[in-house]
Amino acid sequence: MSKEPNILEPLEIAETWCSDGRKVALATVIETWGSAPRPIGSHLVIDEEGNFQGSVSGGCVEGAVIAEAVEIIESGTPKVLEFGVADETAWRVGLSCGGRIRVYVERIDG
Amino acid sequence: MERSTLQAINAARAARRAAAVVTDLSDGASQVFLESASFPPEWDSLIVEALRSGRAGVATVEGRSLFVNVHLPPPRIVAIGAVHISQALAELAAVAGFDMTIIDPRTAFATVERFGAVELLAEWPEDILPSRPLDRYTALAALTHDPKIDDYPIRAALEADCFYVGALGSRKTHAARVERLGQAGVATDAIGRIKAPIGLDIGAASPAEIAVAILAEIIEALRRRDPTGGVGGTR
Repeated sequence: MSKEPNILEPLEIAETWCSDGRKVALATVIETWGSAPRPIGSHLVIDEEGNFQGSVSGGCVEGAVIAEAVEIIESGTPKVLEFGVADETAWRVGLSCGGRIRVYVERIDG
Repeated sequence: MERSTLQAINAARAARRAAAVVTDLSDGASQVFLESASFPPEWDSLIVEALRSGRAGVATVEGRSLFVNVHLPPPRIVAIGAVHISQALAELAAVAGFDMTIIDPRTAFATVERFGAVELLAEWPEDILPSRPLDRYTALAALTHDPKIDDYPIRAALEADCFYVGALGSRKTHAARVERLGQAGVATDAIGRIKAPIGLDIGAASPAEIAVAILAEIIEALRRRDPTGGVGGTR
């Protein structure tokens, strides 16, 4: 049991996925304003097929982060994504809680 | 992030050492720093503060936008007593994301048959704890009812500043425990940190329900502690 990756620890899952030869991206909440659902430092790990573990928003924006992450796995260029409740021009998704978050998405290399 | 960086973070977690990861948001370069190492002078105060408070955040240093993430050791539960409640607690703890260890010198209780894959040590706490010390990221649940087994680890947990120390037993049993610990020289405020009767008061009756009450109390202690105080930090 203790040798299995902790279901709440995306970084261990990321390492396991890398070992399995999967291409992996890591999304991290880097800033929050207002009532953001997940604290700074929270991780979401995504593979090239869009499989994911962890959470950056409690489900509000994961879909958009996963879509971006799949592209970042291709390009290798990290990106900062921003999500807010009224930010409809940049993103079609938002946070119903009224908060705003910035999420850093990067590929795991090597 | 380089895969070697990811491995370094996970290795620090496995060794129960606090680590800070500094990522330059302009180019994605990231580095891992372990607690009590020496840090680059321009980042020193930033990293020290992050490790101390347990808080991650973005900062601008010499015109560079940096994200500092903090990884404090993952919380774990050490249960004293391979009893029915610990069987349920072991299952629940895994689901909630806690590593768990059970210590019980009574080999008839501490059997793999009853506990499956959970880490089970059939040793006296005073024999095993020196080599596997408790720390501020550990919750201790004393569940044997037996002072010969429970008292030593309770004292060790208070000394190690465990974020949670709970002990099974009725109010009468606990009053006797308070008396014993006081006579043994444990400070009154330290004794006051012991949660007893153990578990949140939800009217739990069965061993599984008591395990839920204990786990809920442990989570409350973890999430509501003061991140700037002596005990651990937020994760």
